[in-house]
Amino acid sequence: MTNLKLEIDNYKELLKQYILSLDEKALYQAEQFSKLSMQHNISPEEIINVHIQALKDLYPNLPKEVDNSLNFLLETMISYGLAYQEFQSLREKQLELKSEISVAAKMQQNLLLTEKPTIKGLDIGAISVPAHQMNGDYYHFVSGSDGGLGIAIADVIGKGIPAALAMSMIKYSMDSFPESQRSPSVILENLNRVVERNVEPGMFMTMFFGLYNQAKQTFAYSSAGHEPGFYFDAKKNEYSEIAAKGLVLGVAKDTTYQEYEQNVKPGDMIVLLTDGVTECRIGDRFIERDEVLQVIKRYENYPAQEAVEQVFKYFERLQGFQLRDDFTLILIRKEV
Amino acid sequence: MDFQSCVNIQKEWDIVGARQLGRDKAKELGFGTVDQARIATAISELARNIYLYAGTGKICFETINDMNHKGLCVIASDNGPGIQDISLVMEDGYTTSGGLGAGLPGVKRLMDQFDIISEPGKGTEIRTVKWVR
Repeated sequence: MTNLKLEIDNYKELLKQYILSLDEKALYQAEQFSKLSMQHNISPEEIINVHIQALKDLYPNLPKEVDNSLNFLLETMISYGLAYQEFQSLREKQLELKSEISVAAKMQQNLLLTEKPTIKGLDIGAISVPAHQMNGDYYHFVSGSDGGLGIAIADVIGKGIPAALAMSMIKYSMDSFPESQRSPSVILENLNRVVERNVEPGMFMTMFFGLYNQAKQTFAYSSAGHEPGFYFDAKKNEYSEIAAKGLVLGVAKDTTYQEYEQNVKPGDMIVLLTDGVTECRIGDRFIERDEVLQVIKRYENYPAQEAVEQVFKYFERLQGFQLRDDFTLILIRKEV
Repeated sequence: MDFQSCVNIQKEWDIVGARQLGRDKAKELGFGTVDQARIATAISELARNIYLYAGTGKICFETINDMNHKGLCVIASDNGPGIQDISLVMEDGYTTSGGLGAGLPGVKRLMDQFDIISEPGKGTEIRTVKWVR
């Protein structure tokens, strides 16, 4: 209280200085005064009150009209003062929420953690970066006892927390499938049932599941409406789309998925991605899939991990360092 | 707690009457200009809530003047629809009037004490107190 009193005296002094000299220095100090008042949560009507008191002290014979008009101003400012206090409390709440979400995001990272396996003869690179704090994209590696490798890549239609929650569910249902049940089409059929049963209508998920067979040197895959990846045929020095038909997860209960198979030869490369890659936006324009391929080609001779990181950096910069969508890119190269 | 006086709220202009009576009492008790303005704004909010959501009701004043403290108690009561979720209407940022008006959190900020009793279908009573400092 004594502190505030001091400030009122301080205000009076400044006001006097200003009225007598019209000094810029007094105005600068008034600015300091208002900042200090805000730090102490002093609302506008209180400042006006301080002003009225100071003015009356300095000029005891103030015309009644001026006095009344200042009271009128004070009344008018009450609602502003309330709005200001509400704003302060909402700002505190927002900070709380933010830190809560960041805890959740960390938890999600731990939940969805997948280790990039070391498979003889394969060079693997993977990157997944969320647009906001929580990731609605997901990839997962499953290495089998036979030296094979299962790769899942998925994208929830939608972003943010609901998408991230749905993803955690997918990961755990996948973990619960027995190893014998690793055929891509069967996995997608099972997941489709899980999603259809547990996720609210209107939320869909696309997913691609591939299985690399070490012994046969084949790549078997199925897709549930997922953004097609690319296959690089080293011999032909040619990229082609990994075309696979299939309905997105969660639409119909008994959806079946077709399974495709590709022979993998040394030097061949599998590129898997989510639409956060192909739907990068520059201003109002979506980039073309072809442009994505051009960028991938640019880094095709890099080690797989470095290549995916470089491609990400390229698109990150292209979008002004503000991702519009979660970005996930996986590159698997059969070593020569 | 000596005597109580009330203003019935039936039409919008009754809000002004409630403010006036509240301000007179606040002046009598020796509230400063800022607190008078705050009390008047709180009364406006309470009276407007009655006018908008209950249709009719009343704003009553009790002056508290004993040895230890002086204060003004403002009681808003109505037989309107009541408040379903009090926690919700006490949240900052919650609005049914499109952001005009300070809402009940505003009233709570303007006054020193605040209490609501409300039963859906029966009505609402809000008691607030401001102490003379």
